[in-house]
Amino acid sequence: MAAEYILEMKDITKKYGENTVLSNVSLKIRPGEIHALLGENGAGKSTLMNVLFGMPVIHATGGFSGEVLIDGEKTVIASPHDAMLKGIGMVHQEFMLLPGFTITENIKLNREITKPNIMSRIFGSKMESLDMKAMAADARRALDSVGMSISEYTMVNGLPVGYMQFVEIAREIDKQGVKLLVFDEPTAVLTESEAEQLLKVMKEIAAKGIAIIFITHRLDEVIAAADGVTILRDGQFVTSCPTAETNAVRLAELMIGRSGGAGEFSLVTAEPREFAEGTPLALEVSHLAVNMPGEVVKDVSFEVHEGEIFGIGGLAGQGKIGVPNGIMGVCEATGDVVFMGNKVCLNDAREALASGMAMVSEDRRGVGLLLHESIEDNIVFDAMQIKGDYVKKILGVTQKDTKAIRKHAEDMIKELDIRCFSSLQHTGTLSGGNQQKVCIARALTMNPKLLFVSEPTRGIDIGAKKLVLETLVKLNRELGMTIVMVSSELMELRSICDNIAIVSEGKVVDVLPVNASDADFGLAMSGIRPERGGETHE
Amino acid sequence: MDKNKVREFARNNIVTIMFVILCAVCMVFSGYSPSYVMYELFGRLSRNMFIVLSLIIPIVAGMGINFAITTGAMAAQISCLLVLEWGIPGIGGFALAALMTVPLSALFGWLIGKLYNKMKGQEMIGGLVIGFFANGLYQLLFLFIFDNIIPINNPNLTIKGSKGIANTMDLSREGGIASALDKLWRLPFHQAVLVFAAAIAVILVIGYARSHKRNAKKFGVQLVALAAVAVIAQLPPVKELFSMVNIPMVTFGVVALLCLFNVVIMRTKLGQQFRAVGQNGTVANASGINVDHVRILATIFSMVMAGWGQLIFVQNMGAFQTYGAHGQVGLYAGAAILVGGASVVRATNTQALVGCVLFHLMFILAPAAGKNLFGDAAIGEYFRVFLCYGVIAIALVMHAWSENARKKKASAQ
Repeated sequence: MAAEYILEMKDITKKYGENTVLSNVSLKIRPGEIHALLGENGAGKSTLMNVLFGMPVIHATGGFSGEVLIDGEKTVIASPHDAMLKGIGMVHQEFMLLPGFTITENIKLNREITKPNIMSRIFGSKMESLDMKAMAADARRALDSVGMSISEYTMVNGLPVGYMQFVEIAREIDKQGVKLLVFDEPTAVLTESEAEQLLKVMKEIAAKGIAIIFITHRLDEVIAAADGVTILRDGQFVTSCPTAETNAVRLAELMIGRSGGAGEFSLVTAEPREFAEGTPLALEVSHLAVNMPGEVVKDVSFEVHEGEIFGIGGLAGQGKIGVPNGIMGVCEATGDVVFMGNKVCLNDAREALASGMAMVSEDRRGVGLLLHESIEDNIVFDAMQIKGDYVKKILGVTQKDTKAIRKHAEDMIKELDIRCFSSLQHTGTLSGGNQQKVCIARALTMNPKLLFVSEPTRGIDIGAKKLVLETLVKLNRELGMTIVMVSSELMELRSICDNIAIVSEGKVVDVLPVNASDADFGLAMSGIRPERGGETHE
Repeated sequence: MDKNKVREFARNNIVTIMFVILCAVCMVFSGYSPSYVMYELFGRLSRNMFIVLSLIIPIVAGMGINFAITTGAMAAQISCLLVLEWGIPGIGGFALAALMTVPLSALFGWLIGKLYNKMKGQEMIGGLVIGFFANGLYQLLFLFIFDNIIPINNPNLTIKGSKGIANTMDLSREGGIASALDKLWRLPFHQAVLVFAAAIAVILVIGYARSHKRNAKKFGVQLVALAAVAVIAQLPPVKELFSMVNIPMVTFGVVALLCLFNVVIMRTKLGQQFRAVGQNGTVANASGINVDHVRILATIFSMVMAGWGQLIFVQNMGAFQTYGAHGQVGLYAGAAILVGGASVVRATNTQALVGCVLFHLMFILAPAAGKNLFGDAAIGEYFRVFLCYGVIAIALVMHAWSENARKKKASAQ
């Protein structure tokens, strides 16, 4: 063995325009080591892997600074194909398998073993026929090495999800000269026993000298399987240590991180309040399941008191965004939702709006706004459609009440400080922050009793963030509006909410008070229900 | 359980089942004798099967029904015109036309394939519109460029007393290529069956010898079935039924070869790429397959075969409408393959052949049945045109429907 490390990434810095997403991150992996890469969403894990695989997105945005060493030699990885040639393989989170192919065909996809025939002698090697026997033999070997006894001629279509994951791994192992495998959230879709089997297989692969980068958010698995761990936070390198020297709680703390003293990052602070037993409930959600692509909610139950600011947090793709979309009828949902004592009819957006709930969508440009319409039309659109406000009858024909709309829009523009030329400007030409304010204005025009805000600060600048959060607090404290806020940014939730539900894998792990410890939040986000000594909630 | 299976089968093959019933009803009311129907049917099959088979590769490659095969037909007609102009008769002329069709239709296929890559998911509607658009260019070529710029010396090909190519192109005059392929070798039906049975048996044996999981039982059943068909064809009543049928051996041989080609190519590296791209472009791309390139190749294959198919068609007919013969090629071939139970994402040789038989049975029987039932052949004619478009519409709706059902099932899990 020439070098101590099979892969070394030194001082990797990557900027997208002005935005630094990775700064001076280093990663060192020994042959045969299982190395966990931990971090919240947006911590820079994906970007680091994109750098490793030479993804076009990296090169197209000005490359990166820092060095990548493979086997101690400095290399430049030009493309994903190049990475494959250099022995780096990826086990994808989303299965890259063809359902209509057999396992063999999938494992050997585009690396088929062929033999010449008459056609190929005339038309070239593309017309060579497949040597299915040799391919099957290779596939068998690969399947055996991941401990799968299933026939190599089985169609992938209809295989259990867990099997697909193993087929995917078998394909990577079958590639010649593979030295390093990246597992991207491999256990996310597996059952517990399958996940255990996977960890076992990972260890077996590692024992053969293949190094593994293990990206996951399940801390217990990191402790169980990984030899070393590297933690990233906000694009910064936090620490790198052997797993033996740490534990899940410590990892959770490092992953979430203290925001350096109270108030430094929190733009707005609102004192959390406790709600006594008898406080009437604004919203009772039980066993809610929502079918939202990428954000599937399986079984979510929680209660929101009247006048509360309730937070829903968790990592991306775990289902937190599905909750408001399900309740508001945007996505298909089942379960029981009781709002102010009345049962809410699910899958009916009109009904939900009419019952006094409103939502500021995370998908501003898609769901939230009509981009080619003016600010004032956007603001009053729902109110006009659902409640019949801002209309007047002229000669028996319903017309827009332009005067009233203009006045209301101008009030809102002033109140929320929407920066625009006039209320007639098209919303598509506004900046993200101002678009968000229009969305909020639109929701407020409905005079809702309960307001869902989903990712309210995503993609907007810091000034707008502050104003949006302040507005939410003001609405809550002055008008007594109940607010349910969904956000990926835990800091934000902790700065204004009273209680926070953490959603993981489509379920509520726990409802934590704002002042619970970092470790508790970190554990909850990785799906482990924290043990809070004697602390009660609700 | 069994009931469910029957229901599932019925749902998957609703179009085919519907057509079988319709054909049976029409058969009863048409008043035609079975032997006449068989005569008509085999005549139509020999000229039409090839073109329908040309649709399979693009479907497998995930591009749906390649309605732009009209342009392949145009390439064939251009070659045909040139061969007639040069006065090369018989099979030599046919072979030359077939050869010239290749670069022409390959060029069209390449251009259209490029266009298809720019409108992924919209290939079918795109192909239809390209067909209409290409028709304009075709007219320009035949009405103006030929005979005005490129001199045409054969007086039979041009409009009398004016410029441009005549409305009908007659291949049966001296120096024509009418029936060039068909008349090479004709056999009565019962003898033809023997020849084809023998050929299929040879292929089966070779296939069995090279197969990786030697299914002896299946192989035996296949051979016995083949022998049974060969024997049954020799029985007097069957002989009687097919008494008017004279099989053009070479034409059907070519069709059989194309079937074989469709099977063999799927077992090559290229075929594997067609299938991979058809199932999921993203996955294929991730494994290093040049998806756009593969799609262009699939289009070219389809276009060249469609061109040959059109040549077979016109030599069999002996004449064709210069400005109309290609017009409906895409739609009719598409309808035929859908009738056979193919969908816009899945198609096999068998489906193409069964579809061809049913579709043409309908064409033969519907006018006569219409005349006997309603006293007017035009009503039967109306039904068959109506059915042709209806089939395409149903197939598309069924596809969308089953796709939705599948998605629902997947998300329910």
